[in-house]
Amino acid sequence: MAEQFPQDSVGLVTAQVARFDEPFTFENGAVLPRHELVYETYGELSQARDNAVLICHALSGSHHAAGFHSPEDGRPGWWDLAIGPGKAIDTRRLFVVCSNNLGCCDGSSGPNTSNPDTDMPWGGQFPQPQVKDWVRSQKQLAEHLGISRWAAVMGGSLGGMQALQWAIDFPDWVDHCVALAAAPGLTAQNIAFNEIARHAILSDPDWSNGNYLAQGTLPARGVALARMVGHLTYMSADGMSDRFGRELREGSFSPGDNSEWVFQVESYLRHQGTRFSTQFDANTYVLMTRALDLFDLSAGDGGSLVNALSRSEADFLIASFSSDWRFPPQRSIEIRDALLAAGKRVTYANIETDNGHDGFLLPNPTYEALLKQWMQRVGPL
Amino acid sequence: MNRLDLNTVLDWVPTGSRVLDLGCGDGDFLARLRDERNVVGVGVDIDPENIVTAVSKGLDVIQEDINDGLHCFTTNRFDVVLLAHALQELTHPHIALARMVDIGEEAIVSFPNFGHWSCRLHLGIKGQMPMSRAMPLRWYDTPNIHFCTVRDFEALCLTLQIDIIERATISGLGQSALGSWLPNLFATSAIFRIRRANG
Repeated sequence: MAEQFPQDSVGLVTAQVARFDEPFTFENGAVLPRHELVYETYGELSQARDNAVLICHALSGSHHAAGFHSPEDGRPGWWDLAIGPGKAIDTRRLFVVCSNNLGCCDGSSGPNTSNPDTDMPWGGQFPQPQVKDWVRSQKQLAEHLGISRWAAVMGGSLGGMQALQWAIDFPDWVDHCVALAAAPGLTAQNIAFNEIARHAILSDPDWSNGNYLAQGTLPARGVALARMVGHLTYMSADGMSDRFGRELREGSFSPGDNSEWVFQVESYLRHQGTRFSTQFDANTYVLMTRALDLFDLSAGDGGSLVNALSRSEADFLIASFSSDWRFPPQRSIEIRDALLAAGKRVTYANIETDNGHDGFLLPNPTYEALLKQWMQRVGPL
Repeated sequence: MNRLDLNTVLDWVPTGSRVLDLGCGDGDFLARLRDERNVVGVGVDIDPENIVTAVSKGLDVIQEDINDGLHCFTTNRFDVVLLAHALQELTHPHIALARMVDIGEEAIVSFPNFGHWSCRLHLGIKGQMPMSRAMPLRWYDTPNIHFCTVRDFEALCLTLQIDIIERATISGLGQSALGSWLPNLFATSAIFRIRRANG
C-alpha cells in the first residue's frame, strides 16, 4: 500500500486521541471539566526521549501536518513540504507531534463537540482559548506521551507565535524554537481584518447566535466571506497578478458582450470560501481570530519583548517572507532584535518570495534549504 | 581575503570571546574561529545563499544590510566585531566604523590599500582607475565604492576618536619588511585592530 506514496512522505497516518479527565482552567477563568486533544505523530520517540519536535498549526490548520489519511487521499497534511523522511523535519531521526488546538474543530474538544454535561454541541458556549492555554494543554499532551522536553517547538503564523509562547512560558521545555511569518503581537490592522471576518460570520442569519449546530443551520455564507477576506491577506499583490492577472473565467471583453463576467481571481476566492465554509466550524473561526487578537508576547512584562524573551533558553530560527503583508518582515525583525538584545542565539532570514504570508507553506528553494540546514542542529546529533 | 590576512585576524581574536562577523559570507572564517578559538560567533550577511551555507555550518546568522545601521546590535554585546574586506563596499564606512566600536569592545577591520604603489602608478601614468588581480573590476561596475589608503583610514580613526591598538600590513608576499616600513606605499591590504578612545 505504502508504495504509492512518495518516498519522502510519512505515508499513511492515523490521528490519535488523548483524554484528560482533570479540569482545565483557561486564562479567562473558564473551566472545562474534561477534554480531548486529537493529534498525530510521525517517526519514533527515541529511548532517551530527546528527539521530540512539536509542530503548532496556524489559524485554519489542524493536527494533520504530514502524510495521507487514506490511499486515495490526494491532499497530504498542511506541512508535508517540511515533514518526512529526509525532509527538513526528518522523521528518520525526529519524533514529530502535532495536535489540534483546544477549541478547534478537527477533533479536539471545541465548539463542534458535545458538552459532556448537556450532550449538546458546545456551540457559542465553548470557552475562549488563548495562545497560553494551548501551550499549557500541549504540555499536558507531552506528559501524556512521556515527553518532558521538546528538541524543538515550531510553527508558522499563529503556530509560530505559539512556539514563541512555549519558549517563554516553559523555558526548560524548549531546546529550539522556530517561528516563521510570525509577530510578537497583532497590530490594529490585523485585528481589523479579524473583526471583518467575525462580522461576516455573526451577521449571517444562519449564525443562530452560535448555536447553528443545535438549530440545524449553517452560517456558510458568513464563513465563506470571512475566509475570502482572510485568504486575500495571505497572498501578495504580485503573486495574485502572476497567478490570475485580469483573466476572465466567464464572459469576454468583446464589444457588445453583455454576459456575466467572472474574473479568475473571483472564481478562485469564491471556491476557497465555499470549500472552507463546509469544512471549518464558524464558532472556531470566531474563537481563533479572537485568540490571535489577544496574543501579545510582552503582555506579562509591561510591554517589554526583551524581558519576555529573556526568560527563554532556546536557540531560535526566525524567518519572514518578503511579500508577506499580514505579518510583514518588520514584525519578525522585532522578534529578532528583542532576542539579540536579550542575548539569545538566533538566526534570521527574510525569504524573497511572491507567496505572501502563505510563504511558509509553499515550496521555495531558499526557504526549504534554510529550514533543512538549520534543523540539523535539532535533536540528538 | 587571503589566508595571511585571516591568520592575522585569527591571532587577534581572544580565545572564548564573543564575535560579531559583519559580512560573514559563507561563514567559513567564523566556523574556523569557533573551532580554533572557541568563540561564540554571530554572522551578518545580506545574501540568502550565504545565510543558508553559514547555517549549514551550525552558525547563527542574521540576514541584514550593514548599511542599515546595525541597530539590532546592542552596545557592548560583543568582545570583537569583524569587518573583513567589506569596508570599501559600504555606503557610509564612517558610520559603520563608529557603530562597530560601540557594539564591540574592539573591532578588527581589513581593507585593500588604494595607496599601494601599483594603484598610484596606474592612476599616475595611465590616468585611469587601477585594475589588478586584487582589484579586477571596472570603476563603474563594482561593489567597491569607497576605496581608501592606509593613511586615509588612520586619519578617519582620528576624526572618529577611535584608537588604533594594532596594525598589520600585507604586501604581495605576506608581511614583508617593505610593507611595514612604508605601508601606505607597499601594503596591498591592511588590518587594523581598533577601539573607541577613552573619554
